[in-house]
Amino acid sequence: MSDSVADQVRAIIAEQAVLELEDVSLTSSLEDLGIDSLGLVESIFAIEEAFDISVPFNANDPSESDFDISSVGSIVEAVRQLVAEQKA
Amino acid sequence: MHRVVITGQGTINALGKSAAETQEAFREGRCGIGPLEIRDVERLSIQIGGQVKGYDPNAEFNRQQIALYDRYTQFSLLAAREAIAQSGLVFSGDLSAEAGVVLGTAGGGMNTQDENYRAVYEEGKNRVHPFVVPKLMNNAAASHVSMQYNLKGPSFTVATACASSNHAMGQAFQLVRSGASRVMITGGSESMLCFGGVKAWEGLRVMSKDACRPFSANRNGMVQGEGAAIFVFEEYEHAKGRGADILAEVIGFAMTSDAGDIVMPSKQGAARAIAGAMRDARIDPKDVGYINAHGTGTAANDKTECAAVADVFGAHADKLMMSSTKSMHGHVIGGTGAIEALACVMALHDGVIAPTINYDEPDPECALDVVPNTAREAKIDVALSNAFAFGGLNAVLAFRAI
Repeated sequence: MSDSVADQVRAIIAEQAVLELEDVSLTSSLEDLGIDSLGLVESIFAIEEAFDISVPFNANDPSESDFDISSVGSIVEAVRQLVAEQKA
Repeated sequence: MHRVVITGQGTINALGKSAAETQEAFREGRCGIGPLEIRDVERLSIQIGGQVKGYDPNAEFNRQQIALYDRYTQFSLLAAREAIAQSGLVFSGDLSAEAGVVLGTAGGGMNTQDENYRAVYEEGKNRVHPFVVPKLMNNAAASHVSMQYNLKGPSFTVATACASSNHAMGQAFQLVRSGASRVMITGGSESMLCFGGVKAWEGLRVMSKDACRPFSANRNGMVQGEGAAIFVFEEYEHAKGRGADILAEVIGFAMTSDAGDIVMPSKQGAARAIAGAMRDARIDPKDVGYINAHGTGTAANDKTECAAVADVFGAHADKLMMSSTKSMHGHVIGGTGAIEALACVMALHDGVIAPTINYDEPDPECALDVVPNTAREAKIDVALSNAFAFGGLNAVLAFRAI
């Protein structure tokens, strides 16, 4: 079964990083993919629009936000959780 | 080269409706930041700001004036009225012909834009008020000040985001120093606390939801403010000749561009502007007793600014005081440098250093004397005022006690 949340998040990040979808794996970090702080803020905006959710994220302290951005996989998990919470 | 002095100051901002009220708030370390009272605030995720409260435009201006004056223009005119009254100057003849007004703003008539876009897009109206353009334009405030006070010399608006009013005051300083004019009215104004203005800032995710805590380890972003501050810059002999009260001297100015990133600050760009202002003023780093910091309360600005100051001042960095009054009045964007210059004047003229309030925890990356939480009496000779804008445009002013 295809994982649509993961596919959509990977597609958003791939577009931001100007990479092919297959180059974005769940274990990649944003840094590996060459996404800087502005790229991150844009990716989060795209995720909010795509899933119609609100992502708690403050660029002043990314590590302390509830939204874990340490890897593509962690973002996918965080999005899944937010979708479940906010669409419940 | 002529000497340039300040012979008038005026303001309206979240801390007060005059320079005296604002400086009293600085001395008390009072916070002007609170819940925003604006239309559609419930749709904002950031709901605090340094808003001017208890202000009724109808008490200050008539209906025809309000039809032409955006809130940022109203603030400019109120601040200019106070500053020019204090200076005692009346502009006529030759003085009128050479005196002008240089103001900073980033957004100009943002409330006018917001209200009228709402009218045509949200409310579906097909007609807007005939004065929308002259009301929203970025030079409206400077032009109305020129008309009100008969200032017929060089007048224009500088828009360099958060450095706008420092760049503007730098231009005014150079016009007086060069002899082009004996008097310039200068400063800046901003009024972006409307739904569209705050919504745009939310997008960057650099705003705090609870407080502005510059240099504190637990800082979590900037808080927007609004207001204006205006000064009278006057050639020293002219001021002395007419027996004017002199508040402080403007002794140097420098501007640099990072040519780097559209939002991330650069230590080198900031350091070059600070060093440049001291060189322009012909002073040594050890002469500087106080710096009014850009100090936005974001992670990026505060550590970069402290690193730049440490680089420029070396061992003297540990002896000088540096505070961010944005903790009290918020970040007034294009008007912020002008409001912060009031703290420099207070330091030089009254010997009181405004504090950085909301300071909770030391941050090893901001290990300077930030005058935490309580104002301090100190006799200083020279103060600097930093402004570092998005777009990498930096402007630093140097002032001296007189």
